[in-house]
Amino acid sequence: MNRIILIKYGELTTKKSNRKFFINTLYNNIIKKCKDLNVIISKDISRMYIEYESLDEELVIKRIGEVFGIHAYSIAYKTLTNLDSIKSTIREIIEDLDKDKKYTFKVETKRSYKKFLMNSMECNDEFGSFILKNYKNFKVDVHNPSLTFHVEIRENYSYVYLNEYKGIGGYPVGTLGHAMLMLSGGIDSPVAGYLALKRGIKLDLVYFEAIPHTSLEARNKVIELSKKLSIYGGEMRLIIVPFTKLQENIYKNVSENYSITIMRRMMYRIMEKLTLRFKSLAIINGESVGQVASQTLTSMSVINNVTNIPVIRPVACLDKLEIIDISKKIDTYDISILPYEDCCTIFVPRHPVINPVLSECIKMESTFNYEEMIDEILANLNIITITPDMDKNKYDDIL
Amino acid sequence: MVYLDYSATTLVNDDVLNTFTKVSKEFPGNANSLHDLGLKSRDLMKSSVKQIADLLNVFEDEIILTSGASEANNLALKGIAFKYKNRGKHIISTKLEHSSVLNTLNYLETLGYEIDYLEILPDGKIDLNDLKKKIRDDTILVSISQVNSEIGIIQDIDLIGKILKEYKKIIFHVDGTQAVGKIKVNLASVDLYSFSGHKIYGLDGVGCLVKKRGIELTPLIHGGKSQTIYRSGTPCVALYASLAKALRLVLTDFNEKYNHVKELNEYLKDKLQEIDGVIINSNSNCVYHIVNLSVLGIKPETMLHALASKDIYISTKTACSDDASLSLSVLEFTKNKDLAKSSIRISLSYLTTKEEIDYFLTVFKEKINELRFKKGE
Repeated sequence: MNRIILIKYGELTTKKSNRKFFINTLYNNIIKKCKDLNVIISKDISRMYIEYESLDEELVIKRIGEVFGIHAYSIAYKTLTNLDSIKSTIREIIEDLDKDKKYTFKVETKRSYKKFLMNSMECNDEFGSFILKNYKNFKVDVHNPSLTFHVEIRENYSYVYLNEYKGIGGYPVGTLGHAMLMLSGGIDSPVAGYLALKRGIKLDLVYFEAIPHTSLEARNKVIELSKKLSIYGGEMRLIIVPFTKLQENIYKNVSENYSITIMRRMMYRIMEKLTLRFKSLAIINGESVGQVASQTLTSMSVINNVTNIPVIRPVACLDKLEIIDISKKIDTYDISILPYEDCCTIFVPRHPVINPVLSECIKMESTFNYEEMIDEILANLNIITITPDMDKNKYDDIL
Repeated sequence: MVYLDYSATTLVNDDVLNTFTKVSKEFPGNANSLHDLGLKSRDLMKSSVKQIADLLNVFEDEIILTSGASEANNLALKGIAFKYKNRGKHIISTKLEHSSVLNTLNYLETLGYEIDYLEILPDGKIDLNDLKKKIRDDTILVSISQVNSEIGIIQDIDLIGKILKEYKKIIFHVDGTQAVGKIKVNLASVDLYSFSGHKIYGLDGVGCLVKKRGIELTPLIHGGKSQTIYRSGTPCVALYASLAKALRLVLTDFNEKYNHVKELNEYLKDKLQEIDGVIINSNSNCVYHIVNLSVLGIKPETMLHALASKDIYISTKTACSDDASLSLSVLEFTKNKDLAKSSIRISLSYLTTKEEIDYFLTVFKEKINELRFKKGE
């Protein structure tokens, strides 16, 4: 039997005029996701069909589960559009089931090929009575059946399947523009990135590094996190910002309790320049209201004051435990809890200000020439291309 | 040289040796050091472990690297026995095990553990009914080799594992030293699994214990955290990398290699059957790379030396076995002392050629005639 994966778009189909763009983006994302596998993908206005080598089935299903924009999918049997072929496919599906078990069932036919000799209701009757006649352990129950035979009749081929599985939903990555994620080594920012990707935003990642106060190990940790995000987001750039000099100057020139606030303002200033340079539309970060001193609403407003670029905070209103749940689901939690310092955990003031005052910030910032330092930083970015398997061939000559 | 003792140790693969020297030179840092050199070594160590885990289809944190299979077996048996002694002190194994299992069990017996050995069916497989009968409330461990090292009998570890899954307290250890790289292995139903590098064209001095998540072990070697917390000591990244490489290489083109050894095995057995007084002990349940046979009336050591004089290398029992007089495995399997006293083991490799087998057969026949003749005098 010819098993294929049949993909349903869900929310995509509501976007009338953009539908084609959404479907094409999804199509390209799936192709990229399966580029190392031998698959044939075809699409129409409501479905996508993936044909694959039978040995790869498990792998293809795993990959499909990592693509945003897929609402649901089924493992369907592809057959020619005529009554006999469809019936023999139904027969084959039933032969694979446990013969000693009793089943209740119904048939649900969708007939997009309107020239087919029967309409949907007639098809339901035809296939239903075929099953009843041939299999004693099958009984009809249209309200609460244990099995639903879905038959989709299209012009050349038809598809029969039993179960429908949930996809991860969301919009295809790339359909909603581009943004930049502030990625630290913590738990929150990878989750924020994942949620942004889910809404179809293509991401590049920004990591603020303060060597020697932070270690190469901390950078590797961020690369590992980036690889996890790249499973969902495709190829991304990780922009490593050399933050040491500016950060040291902040601690030299501003009062200790304001140091985090000013540091965040500097980061936002740099982010704004990066969004312009990389033609990006928004800043995404992992700030969560109330979690730390710099994430009170007062702090956020004072910090946000340096930029007009939209700042999206996907986890702003989630509890820490809710964030942790997602981070475990996307496999970033175990990496995030590795104990390396990042630039938000070094030089932590004993009493960071909870309600900073904007004018105070401006006054303190005027005491040193941070603009020059920011220019220097922007001239010395280190950009790494991230893919999930970027390290696959790293030790080819050794291992 | 005609080397037919691959089950004692294999000849190291040049690429594996190159990995060892390259890593030794280019990754000088201690993998536990915090500086960049240490980080570089640690990164390679992690990648090596990941490659081993991926090839065995287990998680990275399930890999414990050791000095070899003997250490892995010791760590498995003592580690479980000590960790779970409060659950019970009863262990089940077989007489077909390697000496690193049997002697460890003997040692545990002196500490008050009770060991039961399973009945072996005429075809060499363990008696599963006997297994079910011998399981007690205080059984904590079952240890069975996937492939016996002397005769080559394969045990169905999937089936045994499935039976043992019903007993929540029992941990299932499998010694896979003679199986990895030789037959397809699936670790889904085992809890612990040992193997070594030098049996798969890798280096001596490195081995591995796979320990599934959720199982704890008391370490044999205490100290700081190393590659794992279960085995201390400065990580030997060069050896670990060599093991990862050896495992990858031995599994490359696996089917071709397997079929080649199968053909050699069938050819060799056919020819051996034509020789008077030669009885083949390995049966159809055995791996193709091991052929155990007895030459009635000729001492194994005499035959070994006679063949060695013609540059052919085989073994009597396993090289690690310490009982000088007879093969316990062959005795257990054949229940025949004469066979057990006169058994030799020929072990093949995908590197073995038909010409080598032919040369061996010619010399072997000559030596049988010579030695019998001498005896007749």
